[in-house]
Parts: sequence; structure tokens; C-alpha cells
Amino acid sequence: MKKAFANVYIWVLMLLLYAPILLILVFSFTEAKVLGSWTGFSANLYKNLLSGEAGAALNNAIYNTVLIALVAAAVSTILGTFAAIGIHNMRHGRVRSAITFANNIPMINPDIITGISIFLLFVFLGIGRGLFCVICAHIAFCTPYVVLNVMPQLMKMNPNIYEAALDLGATPMQALRKVIIPELKSGMVSGFILAITLSVDDFAVTLFTKGSGTVETLSTYIYADARKGGLTPELRPLFSIIFIVILVLLVFYNLKTAKDTSKD
Amino acid sequence: MDKSDYIIQVEHVTKRFDGGKVVLNDVSLNIKRGEFVTLLGPSGCGKTTLLRIIAGFTQPTEGKVLLSGKDITTLPPYQRPVNTVFQRYALFPHLNVYDNVAFGLKLQKVSEDEIDKRVMSALRIVGMNEYEERNVNALSGGQQQRVAIARAIVNRPQVLLLDEPLSALDHKLRVDMQLELKQMHRDLGITFIFVTHDQEEALSMSDTIVVMNDSVIQQIGTPTDIYNEPANPFVADFIGESNILNGIMKRDFVVNFMDKDFPCVDKGFEADAPIDVVIRPEDVVMHKDPKDGQWTGRVTSCIFKGIHYEMLVQTPDGYEIQVQDYTAYPAGTEVGMSVAPENLHVMPCQSLYNAIDATVIDATHVFMLGAAFETKLHTLPKGTHVKVAVDFDKVDLLDDPADGTAEGQIRNILYKGNHYFIDVKCSNGANIQVDTNDVWEDWDMIGISIKPEDIRIIN
Amino acid sequence: MVSKILANRANWVWPYAIVLLVFVVMPLVMIVYYSFQDAEGQWSLHNFHKFFLSTDSLNTLIYSIGIAMITTILCILLGYPAAYFMSKKEYGLPKVMAALFILPMWINVLLRTLATVALFDFAHLPLGEGALIFGMVYNFLPFMVYPIYNTMLKMDGSLIEAAQDLGASPRKVFTEVFFPLSMPGVYSGIVMVFMPTISTFALAELLTMNNVKLFGTLIQENINAGLLGYGAALSLIVLILIGLTSFFDSEE
Repeated sequence: MKKAFANVYIWVLMLLLYAPILLILVFSFTEAKVLGSWTGFSANLYKNLLSGEAGAALNNAIYNTVLIALVAAAVSTILGTFAAIGIHNMRHGRVRSAITFANNIPMINPDIITGISIFLLFVFLGIGRGLFCVICAHIAFCTPYVVLNVMPQLMKMNPNIYEAALDLGATPMQALRKVIIPELKSGMVSGFILAITLSVDDFAVTLFTKGSGTVETLSTYIYADARKGGLTPELRPLFSIIFIVILVLLVFYNLKTAKDTSKD
Repeated sequence: MDKSDYIIQVEHVTKRFDGGKVVLNDVSLNIKRGEFVTLLGPSGCGKTTLLRIIAGFTQPTEGKVLLSGKDITTLPPYQRPVNTVFQRYALFPHLNVYDNVAFGLKLQKVSEDEIDKRVMSALRIVGMNEYEERNVNALSGGQQQRVAIARAIVNRPQVLLLDEPLSALDHKLRVDMQLELKQMHRDLGITFIFVTHDQEEALSMSDTIVVMNDSVIQQIGTPTDIYNEPANPFVADFIGESNILNGIMKRDFVVNFMDKDFPCVDKGFEADAPIDVVIRPEDVVMHKDPKDGQWTGRVTSCIFKGIHYEMLVQTPDGYEIQVQDYTAYPAGTEVGMSVAPENLHVMPCQSLYNAIDATVIDATHVFMLGAAFETKLHTLPKGTHVKVAVDFDKVDLLDDPADGTAEGQIRNILYKGNHYFIDVKCSNGANIQVDTNDVWEDWDMIGISIKPEDIRIIN
Repeated sequence: MVSKILANRANWVWPYAIVLLVFVVMPLVMIVYYSFQDAEGQWSLHNFHKFFLSTDSLNTLIYSIGIAMITTILCILLGYPAAYFMSKKEYGLPKVMAALFILPMWINVLLRTLATVALFDFAHLPLGEGALIFGMVYNFLPFMVYPIYNTMLKMDGSLIEAAQDLGASPRKVFTEVFFPLSMPGVYSGIVMVFMPTISTFALAELLTMNNVKLFGTLIQENINAGLLGYGAALSLIVLILIGLTSFFDSEE
């Protein structure tokens, strides 16, 4: 009986959670302007996604989103890995605590605050907002997560292997490349992926740092489009594609981690 | 000895850490080419720091390190022809055995064929030549240790440094590895510098032992020299078991301890000079009939140790003597004991009293050991720097640091047969020594009190 | 010289430390700086006067906190049982359920919100305050379930068994052992829901056709209108709120 109740509860909740998603999925295959009326099956919305003026804008937005995400994630991963190694080797004390605290701030701050604070900085310095500003901001809020991912690996590492590499003739740079990085690889990879996810998903920070130019990312594009009239028909296939992509990625990821744990 | 015979010269090395802690204090050492040298001492004595300075992972605050006459003090570790075997092996987890061992050679851009030859040869020397493809994380402790050694020797270093490499292994494996390392040393012919806190290990493997304690070298010598003729009570106590007793050198060849005269083989001391006498438990001869011995006692404990029996004997005067014998004398037996003259080892006493630096506060107070002590009336003006003498047995140690005039920490406890001889480090950094019958433990925090009449201003 | 600096690995943190200084610390300083500036660029408390004297702004803040509390409580009420049922094998729910529950978290927040709008349109329900709360809960429920679920999964089973061994009935086991041990997950969830709820603006705008304004909306409007001082002051208030709530958290 408890089992039945639990099942019902979860399934109902799940239904509510996915109802809107499935709704849009279904209606992305019809050209009706109003959501709810079915004017016959059509894949036109998908076909026209990237065409026309709206399509070009969407193209541009996707391009920017990917560019920003890759650049920000790459820089964050390198910066964050060095930072994690540095912090790990620091003596416990005020400086270390201060840096750790500052590192945690972007993770605690609501994104609107992060966006506005960096916006104000650029205003103060008289630098125009735009792509550069957006990338800087993204690096700022992604790197703490990289640090968070790499630190546990550092702690698990045998503290002597860096010195062992030096002892065997490696310069510090060689020791880093040949010994430390391989050890930290999985933390760096998960940090990189997390950074990409955060960057692609971001809305508020990008909104405030993109300035009044033509820089749009997927999020800001959707925002601008939605302001005009809610969920326009064009957004339906976009939504469906994103949902399917995420679903597939998640399935792959779960399968991979299941395989890895059974391999041990 | 020609300077060029020394491969490593450590000259007046001092290492001070931030916060003022002195880990090595004016340490000097010369190591001959091809020697097996062991740095031996308790934790915290500075031996590992000295090794790391020779390896290049840290630099001395003062002093120099020379390799074959060349100053390498500031040379980074990757430029020194010296390799280290770490205590926790430090094998690279992402490389297999072969790649771990080949690591140093690959950096030197040695040819593939040469690398293969040398790696396989090194693995053969350590007995791991079937394991090249193996994942290092799956190896046992002993196997990882061998790979670590192979990884170091394959580079043909001039000096091999080993930082307590056997301390994580179980006893039997340890003993086996000791023999193998000794054999390797003979076969390779390179200088080994070995760090350990295990004196049996040091005695069995070394050509030369450097005994260290409290950031200072206590004695350098061959295993037999150090065992038979320890230079001071610390070394006598640290190496092997020993009975250490206070005594007086009556005259040449006669030493007095436990209120009795004994013939011995030492001479050259002043008449009635205070000394410490060392007797190894295995040198005490037990007699069934108490009358046959030089002194008598009653056995209080007898434990079987596999090869011999270890016994404690209490004398009527209150001395407790440690004895090892192949025959068992059960607890409660009255026995006689004697020692051959050549087995009595006499060491000069460092001193009989503490010589402490102090400053005069007023006519009845001096400032020393970080506190103001009351003294008898004196006439020295305020601010004078003086030396104060306090006999070892006139220092009172108290359980609660707050109850004492000064505070300190117990650092080394030596049992002297009928009392304890304790090194105390005071809160201001000064060291004093105390005779006491109370039982303390290393690292206890204690209070220090001295009666005014026991404080003698000597200059 | 350079290699000696590099040899001490602690120094490797400095590039990032500078980045932190410029892009995290300085921006926060900017918020403080701008919030104390009035229209002429003079140092003044003008913005704070304006805030406390304006019933409008004050009301918005209180209203936003109210919405946030309602959302958080609803998320806990709905999410805790969900996490509980999914974490216990005896209820026979497949492991993939948890993954499906978490999945919406990875979809863009705007798209999720628009999906809710679509649902309401489809069901011919009016947008407004009700939609706002529904949308908030819809949005943040996975964020509440995720940490609670994780905490429950990682809970040490031997503690439950110990309680049973000492004579506790299933009810007592729950109230005395399980529930208290699940609290860290609940705290995590609250942190991930409460503060973001106060500072969202897009959600409110889309779900209520801009009729209901939350504090975040207020900040956004002021910044967009060029009233940087006032916007900064409002942001500072949000920061102070964050500081207070994390102070409470660390008091634990």
C-alpha cells in the first residue's frame, strides 16, 4: 500500500513536470499559431528554423553561445587547474582563507548580482560592454566550479610525486605536464563540461554584460523573442531539439558512469 | 683524507623554518664515495630535512652542500646527479612499471634501445623484471618499493638517497629488503645515504652511522664504534638496550657506581670526576649464588624473547638493572651479577649542573627560562647578564604548568638505574636537564620551580 | 629567478587571484560604490533614502520574500516525499526516475518558463500570481529534490539499524534519526531555492505578463533605465540578505 501511494505520488509529479515539455514537443510538429489547435502534421517549423531573418538571428545566437562557452570553459579550466594546485600548496592561513572565500562568492551570488556587478565595473572603467565583457564574466563564474572539481583530485594525489618527477630530472613545467596533469585529468574534464553547461545555460549575466550591440546568445535571443509574444511557434522546435539533445547526453552520461563503476 | 674522496660535504648547515623553529643546527658532515651512510635518529631530529637538502627539495638557511667539491646548495633537484627513493614510493599512478622506471631516462632523451636495456637491467636487479606491463596501483607495498628503487638507480646517480624506504613494510619483508639493499649497494658501488629511526636497521646495513637528535649530530662512527663506545647518554640509550648509571671515576681503571668500586679499562679522567657508565644488558653476567656476583638483587620480571630472556633486577639500594641471558631466572629469585671490566663503558659527564643565561631584575630576582625567579640576596646591579648554576636534582617539575614559575616540555627521558634524567625544553627555548624520581612522559607540558637557595650566580 | 618563483607551487594561484580580484571583488566594490552615489555623482545616502521611503520598493521586497518563502515551503513539501520515495529501494521506483526528475534542471530556464506559460495557455488558465507561484515551484522543484535525494542516498544505513536495535518504532526512527540526518540536504535545497527566487526577474515577467514585479525585476528595470545608483543600492540589499542567510547557516 505504501508502495502504491509512493508510485502514484511520483508518477503524478513526473507527469506535471513533463506535461509542458511533452506539450511543446507534440505541437512543434504543427504550424498552428496558437498552442492547442492542431492544423495537421508538419515539420515545417523545423525546416524553417534556421532560415529567414529570424533564422539568421538564431544562427548568430547559436554561434555566439558556442563560441563563448568554448572560450570561457577552456580558459576557466586552465586558470582553475593552476589555481587549485596553487591553493592546495598554500599554507593554511588568512591569505588562503581569503582566496577560498573569494572563490566561493560567484557560486553563492545570484546571477543577476554577478551580471550587474561586472556591468558596473565596465561602466566605471569606461569600457564598452560586448563580447569581451561577456566572456570575462563567464570565466569569472565558471572557474570556481573548475577549482571545486579539481581540488578533490589534488587531495587524493600522493604529495610526493611532483618532487619525484623533479628528482628524476624534470623541470617544474615538465613535471606539471607529465605527472600532475595526467593525475588531474578527470577533474579537469568534468570541470570543463560543467563550465560549458553553465555558460550555455546562463541568461542573467549575459543579459547585463552584452551591452546594446548585436551580441546575442541563445538565452538572450529566446528572451527577446518571448517578450514579443510568449512562446512563438518558432521556439517550439528549438525547445524540442534542446530537450532531445539533453536527454541523449544524459542517457550517454549515465550509461558511461554505470560502465565505469562496473569496470572497477 | 684528500678532500676529493668526499662525494658529499655538508658544511655548517642550519635550517630555520618560518616561525623560528630550528630543524638543523650547524650540522657538518663528510660522506666518502661509495659509502653506505645512515642518518639515524628519532622523529623530529632533522634527518629527513638534511636528506631533502642534499636532494635539493629545500635549501638551508645557512651553510653549504658540496658534491665532489662543487657547491650545489642552490642547484634545483632536476639538475643534481642524485636520486631519491621516497618513503611512500611516489610511483606515478598513470604509468605502468616500465614507464615509471623509464621516466628519468626519457627526459634525458636517451635512445629507445638504451632505455630498454637499462630499464630491464634495473628491474632485474630489484627482482621485478616480469612486471613491466603491470599497473603500479595493483602492486603490493614491497613490490612498489622495488619499482621505486629501480626507478632511481636506472639513472645511474652518483648518490642514492633513501628516505625511510622500509618503514611501511612488515617486519619479515623489512629484514629481507635490508639484505637486498646491502647487496645492491655492493653490486652498484654508488654512495647510499639512508634515513631511518630504527637503530637495528642502521646497525645491520651501514658502513657509517650518523646519530642525530634535536637538530644536532650526536655521533658519527661505524656500527661497532657507536654500539660499544657511545659518545653520550643519548646515543647510549638510543642504540641498543643499555643500563646508564651515574658514577665517579675514582682513579684510572677504577670506576665507582651504585656505591661500589668496579675495575674497568678507562683512564685519563680527573680523580673523582663525575661520569656516566653504560652497561649493555647482554654484558651483565648472572650468578645463581648471590655471593658470586659483584652485586646482588632480586629478579622482578623475566620475559622470553625467542633467543634470550630479558630480565629486570632490583638491587637493595633501589637500582633497576636490565639483563639479557640465555638462562631464565624467574621473578622473585635472588641473584648475583657481575660485569667484565672491558664491558663497562665510561662516558664523561657533560656537567653536573645546568648553566643558564639570566638577567638580574633586582637584588632578589633574576629573569631566566622565560620567567622571574626568586634568589638569595645578592649585590649585582639591575640588568647584568649572568650565568646561573642549578644542580640537576634541584629543579622541581610540576604537573600543572601554571603552578610553576616557568613552563616547559619534556623532551627526552633517560633512565639512570635509580632515577630519571630528563631533558626539558623551556617556553623561552632554553634547554635544562633534571634529575627526578617522578615518572613523566615525552612531550608532557610541565611547570618548573627552583628554590631560591638552589640558584647560584657563578659570574 | 622566475623558475624559483614557479618552483613554489603555491605561487601558481596568483593569476587566478588577480582574476578574482578584478572580476569578483572589484565588481562587488562597484556595487557598494554606486549605491552610495546620487544623480550628481556625489557621495550620499540618497538611494537608500529613496528605497526606505518608497512604499513601492519596500513592498516589492517584502512581497518577493513572501513569494520566495511560499515557493521554498511548497518545494520542500512536494520535494521531500519525492526524494524519500525515490531514494528507498522498497518503493520499487526505477533509478532512472531520479535522473528524469533532475533532467529539467539542465534545460534553459527561459524555455522551461515558457513551457509553463504554454501549459497555462493550453489549459485556458489566466496568467498572474497563481501562474507565478506554479512556475516558480515548477522551476525550482528539481533543485530542491536533488540535494535531498543525494543526502538520503548517502545516509549511513547502520544508523537506522542502530536506532531499530535500540527499540525505536519505524515512526520514531524517522523522527529521531532519519529526518534530522536529512536536514543538510534540506538546507542545501533551501539555499538553492530561496535566494534565487528573490532575485529572478525573467520568470515573473513571462509568467505574469509583467504584471507582477519581483525585487529582481525592480533591479533590472532601474539598471536598464540608467538609474545605476538606485539599482546598485537594491543589489546591495540583496547581497546583505545573502550575507544574513549564510550567517544563519554557518551558525548551525
